[in-house]
Amino acid sequence: MKRGLGLVVVALAALALAVAVGPTRVPWPEFAHSPIVRELRLPRALLGFLVGGALGVAGAALQAIVRNPLADPFLLGLSGGAGLGAVLAIAFAAGGPWATPLAAFAGALAAMALVYRIGLAGGGELEPRMLILGGVAVGAFAGAVTTAVVSLADAVALRNALLWLWGGLSGASWDTLAVVCAYLPIPLALLFAAARPLDLLALGEEPARYLGADVASLRRRVYVAASLLTAVAVAVSGVIGFVGLIVPHGMRALLGDRHRVLLPAAFLGGGTLLVLADAAARVVVAPRELPVGIVTALVGVPVFALLVRRWTTS
Amino acid sequence: MDHELILELRGIACRYPGAVEDALAGVTLAVGRGVVQAVIGPNGSGKTTLVRVALGVRAPREGTAAVLGKPVASWSRRALARTVGVVAQREEALFPQRVRNTVALGRYPHLSPWRAPGSEDEAAVTRALERCDLTALADRWVATLSGGEYQRVRIARALAQEPRLLVLDEPTTSLDLRHEMELFGLARALADDGGLGVLLITHHVNLAARFADRILLLAQGRAVAEGGPEVLTRPVVEQVFGWPVQVERFEERPQVIPLRQRKDTP
Repeated sequence: MKRGLGLVVVALAALALAVAVGPTRVPWPEFAHSPIVRELRLPRALLGFLVGGALGVAGAALQAIVRNPLADPFLLGLSGGAGLGAVLAIAFAAGGPWATPLAAFAGALAAMALVYRIGLAGGGELEPRMLILGGVAVGAFAGAVTTAVVSLADAVALRNALLWLWGGLSGASWDTLAVVCAYLPIPLALLFAAARPLDLLALGEEPARYLGADVASLRRRVYVAASLLTAVAVAVSGVIGFVGLIVPHGMRALLGDRHRVLLPAAFLGGGTLLVLADAAARVVVAPRELPVGIVTALVGVPVFALLVRRWTTS
Repeated sequence: MDHELILELRGIACRYPGAVEDALAGVTLAVGRGVVQAVIGPNGSGKTTLVRVALGVRAPREGTAAVLGKPVASWSRRALARTVGVVAQREEALFPQRVRNTVALGRYPHLSPWRAPGSEDEAAVTRALERCDLTALADRWVATLSGGEYQRVRIARALAQEPRLLVLDEPTTSLDLRHEMELFGLARALADDGGLGVLLITHHVNLAARFADRILLLAQGRAVAEGGPEVLTRPVVEQVFGWPVQVERFEERPQVIPLRQRKDTP
């Protein structure tokens, strides 16, 4: 309880920090009225928080459902599929703020289905290690096709697609925030409602069944919900890796592995991490800015290497 | 006493996809209150398939499986988990857990998404821990336990489900003599004191002979014999395990002694 409260305080502090810093210095007296704060920093910080939270929750749920501590939306190819869906929508000018997440959702689901087929390659039972290999392969494939689509697109579509691909959170506005707020609650509610059976699944599929979990329906719900979360995140901010991987591990170490606690914690932790990463991306090379995905990768890759080592030696 | 019957399998045949032979054929079995029913057979004789069919995880090709008189396929997983607790053969925890927490997972079928665990759930967990002699280990990490302690934790978790039938699938594989005896003794005591039905899958002929009320012998998916421990005769055991044996008696029960040399059987 105390630690959970601490997490909320840290999250609020991160949001405050992200609003306070930036390439332009906003004097304190004008702070509340500054358009830079109200139209740029505040929606951007909030969007970053929701996107990071969505990725954190998706990662935690995916790790449980595919029974692999290395799973996250990025490594499982979901982000890549969502990115491809979004770029196709943009290239064919069918994007729009409300339709792009749906195209990304279709892409994420298709990628998940493909990865799942590969994961079953060993026989009847899902092989967790094959899943990650499949995810990386499908993600790379989707990335290649995405690049092909972008390079074949006409000038206007190209510019839009590149802006989106590398833009990170720079496209944040109150409008994109509204889109995210509309799409996020349903998948989040689906996952939070699945928290208890996810605890059981950590023991294996067969033991989970014997303890009363309907594994097949649970798996469908979690894949769809995690795909939608990833799709919304990708549609508004491009492909951002590693948040979904490292946040759940941090939260597990901090608060234990009960999903009723872990999933909300992963939301707060993911939001905090992405808001801080984005603040760094804006400030470090000011007045230019880095795509936030580069910052999360700089933090995430070493953590990933550490996790691989721990997982393979145990 | 039919109303005391918990699990009833009739004429079960089962085949895995792509296989040419049935994993089970014509197997019939009934487990009632307070009874320890052992299922014995060599590796690959269909013992685990029997558990899967009994628990509705695998649909039989022929025959019927019923729990408390109701076809197992029509049970919801949660309702079934409140009636039958299973200690499966294989289990691999993904993340480290403490003993009390993993036993508390047994309460899942009693909780709804809206109901948090209450005092009765706490009490059930505490009772299960006591029953399996784990109270002193409740705060230990599961990974630090010995093989015997770990199996007791898994039995405690199944007991926390407050089932009427406990299914133990090869619970003593890789346990030493003392822990084997303790575990079979625990299974026996649960049937005697709590009136639990126990379905015990094992390849320990002698322990089954000493602790079980009834024994089903399986070979290549077929029932070779079924009945009290006296069904363990030399021809039956030799047929099931494909090895020469001698059968002696100890405490009124048959005990099987494998011979050293394989006879030149026709």
